[in-house]
Amino acid sequence: MTQRTAPSVRVQAENFDPGREQALLTHGRRNIGALVSFVGLCRDEDGSLESLELEHYPGMAEAEIARVADQALERWPLQGLTVIHRFGRIRPGEQIVLVLTAARRRADAFAAAEFLMDYLKTRAPFWKKERRADGAPDDWVEARFEDDDAMARWR
Amino acid sequence: MKALYFAWVRERIGLAEEDIAPPGEVVTVRQLIDWLSARGEGYAAAFANPATIRAAVDKIHAAPDAPIVAAREIAFFPPMTGG
Repeated sequence: MTQRTAPSVRVQAENFDPGREQALLTHGRRNIGALVSFVGLCRDEDGSLESLELEHYPGMAEAEIARVADQALERWPLQGLTVIHRFGRIRPGEQIVLVLTAARRRADAFAAAEFLMDYLKTRAPFWKKERRADGAPDDWVEARFEDDDAMARWR
Repeated sequence: MKALYFAWVRERIGLAEEDIAPPGEVVTVRQLIDWLSARGEGYAAAFANPATIRAAVDKIHAAPDAPIVAAREIAFFPPMTGG
């Protein structure tokens, strides 16, 4: 009866369609009672940001997200899991990351989605560089201690 | 072994990757950082504050005291800012 849920993990430059991903994840399924969809977007930082350049470590990015996804599957009884993370040039308003979690019950889907985002932010090998709208030199975004705190609460 | 550098570590060193052959007494991530730091100004600048350096051995996060002896690929980068 129980079938092992295989996470879908993608690292890509192209944009993604959350509705299409949701349809793919739920297609033909009748045992999903809750689906949580989280999309991380690029903010314009009150107009000061022209764009982000997202650098990543090819190979490790996919592997590390898959490891985090496997941890989520061990902790919560998920029926489906999709993670997409983009790299390259991303402008304000554009999508950066998608996390979809499907479960019988919403508490598991919510918790797993939040866990995945907290872990991705501190463990997935991506680095954001900001291109400023005022022409100031590009600069790397610094890691936030709050993100480490957010991850630590899952231990 | 291959060394990979990302984000401002890459910019300060001026290379994305290179083949390195550290001496036999360099056996941990921390020792490799010390050895690389002595290779030039860019390396010294990249590794000036070890607290801001993260490492991966064969694409898995590695602590400063992790062994590097059998590694094929070692990467150095700042704390991650994805998501």
